[in-house]
Amino acid sequence: MHGHSTFEPKNGFVKWLEARLPILSFSHESFVAYPTPKNLNYWWTFGAILSFMLVAQIITGVVLAMHYTPESTMAFDSVEKIMRDVNWGWMLRYAHSNGASMFFFAVYIHMFRGIYYGSYKAPREVLWILGVIIFLLMMATGFMGYVLPWGQMSFWGATVITNLFSAIPFVGDQITVWLWGGYSVGNPTLNRFFSLHYLLPFVIAAVVGLHVWALHVVGQNNPDGVDIKDVKKDSVPFTPHATMKDSLGIAVFLLLYAWFIFFVPNYLGDADNYIPANPMKTPPHIVPEWYFLPFYAILRSIPNKLAGVVAMFAAIALLAFLPWLDTSKVRSGKYRPLFKIFFWIFAATAIGLGYLGAMPPEGGYVLAARLLSVSYFAFFLVILPVLGLVEKTKPVPATIADAVLAKH
Amino acid sequence: MASASTVEPTRRDFLFIATGAMAAVGAAAVVWPLINQMSPDASTLAMASTEVDIGSIPVGQIVTIKWRGKPVFISHRSPKEIEEAQNVDVATLRDPQPDSARVKKPEWLIVIGVCTHLGCIPLGHQGDYNGWFCPCHGSVYDTSGRIRKGPAPLNLAVPEYSFLTDTKVKIG
Repeated sequence: MHGHSTFEPKNGFVKWLEARLPILSFSHESFVAYPTPKNLNYWWTFGAILSFMLVAQIITGVVLAMHYTPESTMAFDSVEKIMRDVNWGWMLRYAHSNGASMFFFAVYIHMFRGIYYGSYKAPREVLWILGVIIFLLMMATGFMGYVLPWGQMSFWGATVITNLFSAIPFVGDQITVWLWGGYSVGNPTLNRFFSLHYLLPFVIAAVVGLHVWALHVVGQNNPDGVDIKDVKKDSVPFTPHATMKDSLGIAVFLLLYAWFIFFVPNYLGDADNYIPANPMKTPPHIVPEWYFLPFYAILRSIPNKLAGVVAMFAAIALLAFLPWLDTSKVRSGKYRPLFKIFFWIFAATAIGLGYLGAMPPEGGYVLAARLLSVSYFAFFLVILPVLGLVEKTKPVPATIADAVLAKH
Repeated sequence: MASASTVEPTRRDFLFIATGAMAAVGAAAVVWPLINQMSPDASTLAMASTEVDIGSIPVGQIVTIKWRGKPVFISHRSPKEIEEAQNVDVATLRDPQPDSARVKKPEWLIVIGVCTHLGCIPLGHQGDYNGWFCPCHGSVYDTSGRIRKGPAPLNLAVPEYSFLTDTKVKIG
């Protein structure tokens, strides 16, 4: 796509560099002249918010690793040392642990936005699938990070999650022993989780690079789901328009992030994780971090080990197939009256599953979790394929400019 | 490359495939140590067995010892518990196993104290069958450590063990 301006170096050094590594003109095309649809709303600032969170997590993580000891007899104490002795250690750790929650909060909004406005539809399938891969990497990174403080919830969370692999027929037990590096979660497990927890964010950064690359090839989707036809009429240059809007989005998001760090830093954590890991005693109620709860609820709602594990992974894997499960020709939910209703039912289902994942697995909670699990899968496997065939959609504007002018 | 006009494999095709196959074998040989390093190391394997003095365990008590980083339950069963464990129609069980296949001496039940669902530690003398109850996801085991209710697929595992004397057991 042609941008709003071209990069024309005047400075001699810049010309010299351009002839050898055109990084400045590339940045200009990508982040200055790049045409962004005129009609983007604030839900579109979450991409920038997520980039910010990734950088924040990497920076706080790298400095925390300077004080942390990945050894099972010292890990817990080293985290307490960070909290009490290390200069600003408490703030860095709270920023990192709450940063994970903020990162997931933002990614869930980003994903729901993508679903509502049909951002996964052609030609953005690869862009969407790269996003699902980033989500999976985030889950692995978040899980392994939660194990590092080596508290009770760290240890037993690690035990439950690694035991998911023991459900694999025939080789499950060997795979779990291999993952642990022993016969249970122990020092070798902690050590490798630390290594991978340090590695994966950089893998995420690389896939984010691909994600942004794919985005810049196909262009951004927008609330009306119409592609840019005339760059001058339908779009505005990324800088200053998107840059400023994203900055405001990040600033507002930072208020929430800072509120968690400075006022309720342990609200999203679990008190049991301030008890050192004890392999001989399971806490009475094991709960994963909040961002895994909907999937945990699906796992527990099925009274068969293998089927439960398969359903949980399927719930995530299905996201990658969205571009083909949704049969509607109309991209944006804005012009799909029935889809809108089902979208909000789906959102309520996901939040409901999250609530049930935190409740004990008994009585009415189990029944409710089963109903909501059915609702979750029905959205992907029944509603979306059928809706595209039967739904009567509203007329879609011909261009973004038309959509914008119609409002004024 | 084979010329376009012939379909016969040439000597060059053979060399190409043979070289490629060797490269694949070489790559696999390099990757294997990188994968296998994650398996339990020599020091972990060296701690694979442990000896326990069971003489001091009174009837009706369950003692938990640590073996390979995991709890092992040693249950000194009462006659009532033994009877309950034996008087079960094996065919009705999820993981059918007679009590006799799970013990060497009926009064001593030795099982790994790890729930076969997702690895939590069940609580002794609890649950509907007075065996074990797992607080995580509600699996219920009987006095033979067999799964009776809940999501776990298998009975509590019986480790390899032997009686060295009447009061000494070697586990592993």
